[in-house]
Amino acid sequence: MLAKRIIPCLDIKDGQTVKGINFVNIRNVGDPVELGAEYSRQGADELVFLDITASHEGRKTFADLVKRIARNISIPFTVGGGIHELKDVDTLLSAGADKVSINSAAIKNPNLISEVAKNFGSQVCTVAIDAKLDESGEWTCYLNGGRIATEKKLFSWAKEAQERGAGEILFTSMNHDGVKQGFANDALAVLSESLSIPVIASGGAGAMEHFKDVFEKGKADAALAASIFHFHEIAIPDLKNYLAGEGIPMRIVKP
Amino acid sequence: MKVAIIKYNAGNIFSVDYALRRLGVEAEITGDIEKIQTADKVIFPGVGEAETTMQYLKEHRLDEVIKGLKQPTLGICIGMQLMCQSSEEAANGNVQCLGIFDEKVKKFIPNAQINKVPHMGWNTITNCQSPLLTSLPENPYFYYVHSFYATLGKDTIAQTDYIHPYSAALHKDNFYAVQFHPEKSGAMGEIVLKNFLELC
Repeated sequence: MLAKRIIPCLDIKDGQTVKGINFVNIRNVGDPVELGAEYSRQGADELVFLDITASHEGRKTFADLVKRIARNISIPFTVGGGIHELKDVDTLLSAGADKVSINSAAIKNPNLISEVAKNFGSQVCTVAIDAKLDESGEWTCYLNGGRIATEKKLFSWAKEAQERGAGEILFTSMNHDGVKQGFANDALAVLSESLSIPVIASGGAGAMEHFKDVFEKGKADAALAASIFHFHEIAIPDLKNYLAGEGIPMRIVKP
Repeated sequence: MKVAIIKYNAGNIFSVDYALRRLGVEAEITGDIEKIQTADKVIFPGVGEAETTMQYLKEHRLDEVIKGLKQPTLGICIGMQLMCQSSEEAANGNVQCLGIFDEKVKKFIPNAQINKVPHMGWNTITNCQSPLLTSLPENPYFYYVHSFYATLGKDTIAQTDYIHPYSAALHKDNFYAVQFHPEKSGAMGEIVLKNFLELC
């Protein structure tokens, strides 16, 4: 049976994981390769590396980092952040990334999704959507890490992305992100049932029960989280054992 | 030991090379016919589309070369599918493939319970019966990304269930193939690659 996926997300700045992450059993938590390898050992099903560097130099560092990740880590990984055009996608895939996550650039230029799918295949193309439930009850999509509202609405934009050749949708609820009260399960369930491609849920993880709910109620295919893993609030082996015990199909990795 | 990774117009061939390096094996990624024919082991990897890839193989005479190999040869993902009789992944819905295995490649049709295609993520293999799949724990998980599958048949050496059971791995003579990506399947994938390297 296909397992539900648990995906830690690592923010990268100038080739290093952002400060504040604390791991006792690895030497250099600042090194994304070491941290990623540790998550892989713990049973993470995939990894996401998000480049939050703004500078051109930082971008080059990120591509070099992707090469090191590909050489050293034996599970699939997605890279995102700062992808503007097909050339950026080519650079990251050639460096060894399995998938790219496109967010703002896809909203500004939806044709980029079609181009990525046509040139590299749908399986490499994750479309990330940051959306917020507004007072009128509609999910509005946002640009630039949630700073700029757009005309696009979550469900129709996700559908369009699928039709253009997206291989997966990574949906972050801005209402739930950072609040640690659970994922946006109602919206996720609608999204998952209206799409024929997998949905990754992001935003809201605070307890192990939230993951059970996101798979059962939210019908997500995968769940992504960052701080609860980085700050040891939840250990991946404990989470996966708990979920397996609750009847959710999980890949359990023996240490 | 000389290991050749067949280079052609498909993506994701570097990750196989990286996985072999992690096992201490330096492979050569090559489209050179002589180098492929004289290697001790050949890997035919990739992510791609069946019809255009078959066309590429024919244009470069690699179709006859692959069929004529006598050393242990491992197809991965689209590599496995191209080693079958035919594939539905074509503009007119059918393309003749290499015909090494008797099985045919068909498109997943979603049903009411399972509505997601591609089959993407970690799934188990069962009924393993081959030296390629030895030393694995029961029901091991492997990483998959595919929208087409090889039917069950006499060459099937392991199966996976997604929508319905299909061939997770095939074997005939010196030819082996897996639908999953051993190069992206963590420790389980390493066992399969090691097993392949130890075949004679």
